Amino acid sequence: MRTLYYIVTSALVRGLIGQGITAFVVYQGMVSLRNALGYDTTQGVYDEPSGVMAALISVIGFLLAAGVFTDWLKWIGGEDPPLKHGAQGRPEWTRYINVDVNHKVIGIQYGIASMVILLLGGLLAIIFRLELAMPGLQFLDGDAYNTLFSAHGIIMIVSIFSGIAAMINYLGPVMIGASDMSFPRLNAFSYWVSIPAATVLLSALVVGGWDTGWVAYPTHSTTTTMLGVQMFLLGFYINGFSSIASGLNMVVTTVYMRAKGMSYFRMPIFVWAAVSASILQATITQTVGLALTMVVAQRALGLEFFTPVTDPALIELGFPGGDPTLYQHLFWFYSHPAVYVWILPGLGVISELLPVFTRKPLFGYKWIALSSVGIALVGSIVWAHHMFTSGMPVTWKIPFMISTLFVAIPTGVKFFSWVATIWEGKMRFDTPMLFVLGAISVFLLGGLSGPILGTIATDMHLHDSYFVVGHFHATIFGGFVFPFFAAIYYWWPKATGKMYSEALGKLHFWIMVPGFWVMSLTQMRTGVLGMRRRIADYGPDLGIADEQALITVATLAIGWSILIMLYNLIVSLRSQEEAVPNPWGSRSPEFMSPSPLPEFNFDGPIQVIGEPYDYGLDDSTYVVPASAAGD
Amino acid sequence: MSAVAHDHDHHNPMEPTRSEQVKMNRLGLWVFCLSESFLFFALLGTRFYLWRNPVDGIIRPDLAQIPAFIFTGVLLASSYFMNRAEVAISKDDRTTFNYSMLLTAALGLVFLFGVVLVEWGLATGPELLLGDGAFGAVFYAMTGMHALHVIMGIALILIVWNNGRKGLYTAEDHWAVEACAIFWHYVDLVWVFFYPALYLIGTAIELHH
Ligand SMILES: [Cu+2]
Repeated sequence: MRTLYYIVTSALVRGLIGQGITAFVVYQGMVSLRNALGYDTTQGVYDEPSGVMAALISVIGFLLAAGVFTDWLKWIGGEDPPLKHGAQGRPEWTRYINVDVNHKVIGIQYGIASMVILLLGGLLAIIFRLELAMPGLQFLDGDAYNTLFSAHGIIMIVSIFSGIAAMINYLGPVMIGASDMSFPRLNAFSYWVSIPAATVLLSALVVGGWDTGWVAYPTHSTTTTMLGVQMFLLGFYINGFSSIASGLNMVVTTVYMRAKGMSYFRMPIFVWAAVSASILQATITQTVGLALTMVVAQRALGLEFFTPVTDPALIELGFPGGDPTLYQHLFWFYSHPAVYVWILPGLGVISELLPVFTRKPLFGYKWIALSSVGIALVGSIVWAHHMFTSGMPVTWKIPFMISTLFVAIPTGVKFFSWVATIWEGKMRFDTPMLFVLGAISVFLLGGLSGPILGTIATDMHLHDSYFVVGHFHATIFGGFVFPFFAAIYYWWPKATGKMYSEALGKLHFWIMVPGFWVMSLTQMRTGVLGMRRRIADYGPDLGIADEQALITVATLAIGWSILIMLYNLIVSLRSQEEAVPNPWGSRSPEFMSPSPLPEFNFDGPIQVIGEPYDYGLDDSTYVVPASAAGD
Repeated sequence: MSAVAHDHDHHNPMEPTRSEQVKMNRLGLWVFCLSESFLFFALLGTRFYLWRNPVDGIIRPDLAQIPAFIFTGVLLASSYFMNRAEVAISKDDRTTFNYSMLLTAALGLVFLFGVVLVEWGLATGPELLLGDGAFGAVFYAMTGMHALHVIMGIALILIVWNNGRKGLYTAEDHWAVEACAIFWHYVDLVWVFFYPALYLIGTAIELHH
């Protein structure tokens, strides 16, 4: 009974109710107003301009009802409310469904959200993979297939954003010796705004679905009659607020909250990756926000950004028309580097864990640190490689091909450093290390298939084929999924104080790695043989039916292996055994403190007195409590 | 289950001091301005990407020049009063602070009404319609996005003016006023780029309705 009371009065439930009521009231009000003004509001499953307004305002309804704005509203009234710490007299578990400013609580909130969303996105993939296992349409029609793959794309992207936010929030502050982020309330806002964004996004599935893919290119997205597209665009857009706010927060935190003695080149290497990703997130997100707004505005208000002029009289007058390639530029200016936002933290995890499990210093710390920045910078000037077949002048194509191939340089720096770190190391093959090695192998597959698509001549052939699907999944599994799972296993005893089962962890690994290799390579092969992406069916004469069935089996294997992980983790929470404080022999600051970490991470300030990655060297200390540092 | 150790001592031993927090706020605001610059540069890029034709190259719609010139002047003047307010509070000159803040907000409002009533043609009959191809789309997107920031700036100025009236800021500690000033100057600066892009650069194309 108490439990039910705590759930019903939680910020999560209050917010969802607030959002529902706001959406309903605003929608009805807008429809009446538009009827009164003489507009026809009966076209489609809902009235589009009213629906847009309702979705936008409903987010504010959620945040107000959940209490995310409470302190800021008090500030507007001239008060200066103190930060609230702890569970406010409720049981500890309620912190995860209420607005909490602690970075570790927010990190875990993101982590749980990420896994839940991952299961949903995976389920959608499995549904359309079953459809694709045989030629001919079995149980899906075209619209359902289109909605499923579009939703799979964007839902997985939201899951990835939650996953990197989980790592950056949980680890960032404690790794630099801080008690929290620079702006704890803004941090809570970042998490909570992503919840109403997700509900708006998911509502797309019930108001007609959509068939634009996650890229939503005009002129299809501006003319499609599947009205779920508006909710997809708005959900995507609102999630951007979360990205920008958390990126900004992490940048400031890293600049000003580092422990005494922790110069930039003595930070844990994950922080470099996290900051590079954060700088990208805080800036480039704006351009996709604009691109999405333009499509929303063209659909709802009639602003014609993407419709070329066709009226000969207007052309005679010199009137300019819209241009669909404008969208592609704005979209990819964000969406190519966004991939680096997803993988940089993962690559940081690889560099962070390798020295621990090889008991050797990280090879070329500065090079690794700067390669993260390098990837972020070079990655920002390559976007038009997605447009080689979009009718772009050839004088634009060549520079974008060259800059794209340049990305291989900072990425190669990372690979060489990893190999050199492993070289002659005393390797331990615990589950996190297995996932790190799996990540390196899979990321290599993604990396090697990249230049083939970045080169104009080969891209002309492979563009929009299943080869792209194989390449993309390899980069994301290698750069995000495997390192994220490595991070979950590695920091699980730190975050929960409990140890998972090594045997089940290894079972997860040995199913998922071969499963992924088979899936990705076979996807590439069917692509070369002529399978198009985003198509519900293929003819038996293509000769790829066996490959398609194999991909489906591999997908199912990956899905089961992830369920094994979740089972393993959840069961471990109920075990009575406490994990040892530093199971991996790490030198990083978070392992100085007990598990789970205390509210403010440390008893007092800490100080850096040595190099972070001197594993295997005697008498070398990285961090000590400042009180013990002696100066 | 709890992933944060339960401890009843809710005092942060490493709580940032006020001056440390202000330093962080300042950097945070600058990063925010940097972020917004990506939005505004993307809009400028859109303007130069779309407002072209094969004969004239870069073009612009032939809009009334005088009102835009006047309202731009009004917005620039408001930045002067914003600066005056910030200097006044740092010298503890409450009277000048109060009326300078109000004047800034008032000039901001004049600019806003200038955009909405005159430029958007609601008062004088539309020069350019929403649906007028790329001219209409880009014009309303750029002025609209900028106007949205002007509205946020005016709201911020009024909140800070009101809290200032209550004596919440001192000559030494008036971060909120500084934040207001940075944001307001930033919004002005954006218009310094937008005004020529919309009204001055390129061959004027006559509008017919
Ligand atoms: Cu790309």
